Amino acid sequence: MSAIEPPLALLAELTHRCPLRCSYCSNPTELTRAREELTTAEWARVFREAAALGCLQLHLSGGEPTARRDIVEITAAAREAGLYSNLITSGVLLNAALMARLVKAGLDHVQLSVQDADEAGAERIGGMRGAQAKKREAAALVRASGLPLTLNAVVHRQNLHNLSALIDIALDWGAQRLEVAHVQYYGWALANRDALLPTRAQLDVATRIVDEARLKHRGRLVIDYVVPDYHAARPKACMGGWGRRFLAVSPAGEVLPCHAAKSITGMVFPNIRDTSLEAAWTGSDAFNAFRGTDWMPKPCQGCEHAERDWGGCRCQAFALTGDAAKTDPACALSPDHGLLAAAVAEAGETRFRYREFS
Amino acid sequence: MTPKFAPGVRLHEDKARARWIVMAPERMFIPDETALEVLRLVDGARDEAAIVTLLAEKFAAPAEEIGADVGEMLRDLIAKGALRE
Repeated sequence: MSAIEPPLALLAELTHRCPLRCSYCSNPTELTRAREELTTAEWARVFREAAALGCLQLHLSGGEPTARRDIVEITAAAREAGLYSNLITSGVLLNAALMARLVKAGLDHVQLSVQDADEAGAERIGGMRGAQAKKREAAALVRASGLPLTLNAVVHRQNLHNLSALIDIALDWGAQRLEVAHVQYYGWALANRDALLPTRAQLDVATRIVDEARLKHRGRLVIDYVVPDYHAARPKACMGGWGRRFLAVSPAGEVLPCHAAKSITGMVFPNIRDTSLEAAWTGSDAFNAFRGTDWMPKPCQGCEHAERDWGGCRCQAFALTGDAAKTDPACALSPDHGLLAAAVAEAGETRFRYREFS
Repeated sequence: MTPKFAPGVRLHEDKARARWIVMAPERMFIPDETALEVLRLVDGARDEAAIVTLLAEKFAAPAEEIGADVGEMLRDLIAKGALRE
């Protein structure tokens, strides 16, 4: 294997606490409680080590990152470490005073989530009353602060009919960027797959709407589009390859190659309370398990796409086949590719299983 | 014209990879040598003429020649969204 390159980005999952209960939450189904969370000083140490290792970008996420009382101190520690900080928030806990303190602490960018364009739909999907008005207010606070604003809309079977209206909201709320992200099926989303998976027709309409909006709003709104694996023929280059560009630290300090990696049962991950970030990145079994191409099974081994998509997603291979070392079934060359079409055919549930602490 | 960095954009020294990088929301790009010389002088207070004077001194080149290059570079960086007037 060639020398291990330094990571570019760190996802800091500061807490699993969140006022929203989205059925597609990317947190693991077994949520970490507040008493197990890393302290302010521990996060500051993680940020310093990440910067020294080569990380440039830091995503402050959760759960809801502003549910941490020390979010301002954490943001200041990120700036002090020299990281470019992005707050990934639901916005429902933001107020003018907090916004001002975050700007002063050196925050660089805010990514605000929106669950649907119409209020009732948004509040049913997010499982929180009054959320939409608070989000609108949060967007205004970010705009007034002078920080750039990205709106993140996770789309699925139950809100895709409002995609055009979601794009209008991004313009209306003053976002410079909009992420239209189809749900990725791990953890809570996998448990709710029948209620979330879009039909092929829904996907095709969505793709057309995004293409048209990109042209129409060029120079005013940048739209990033994340397509769903279940209708794909080629897998996504998940995380740009396992242990290649990206690492995540969980609320309790586990160092992960991706935020969903804990769904691979049986894998043991290093913890920042026992080891350095550098040792976790370069020396741990977990990070080395699927690095590069040596681990790859057929048909990835020797495939011309092997160093482009890196075999797709390990968590998805595990979720669908029970073996994380298999080719991602999203690849048309995978012997398990039929599992995706079968799941799409079965979808059609309307009720959600809301995210909750067990 | 007095250029300044657009909101959420800053020039950052990427020590691990021995280079400078322009950080922006959800993206980053590596400026070429000429762009880097210009970006290092952008502080929101210096105007275009002051930047040209400093670079003309640094590279012992005629201000007219440097001025044309700097003007083009600034327009390009504004078009990319990295700078604002």
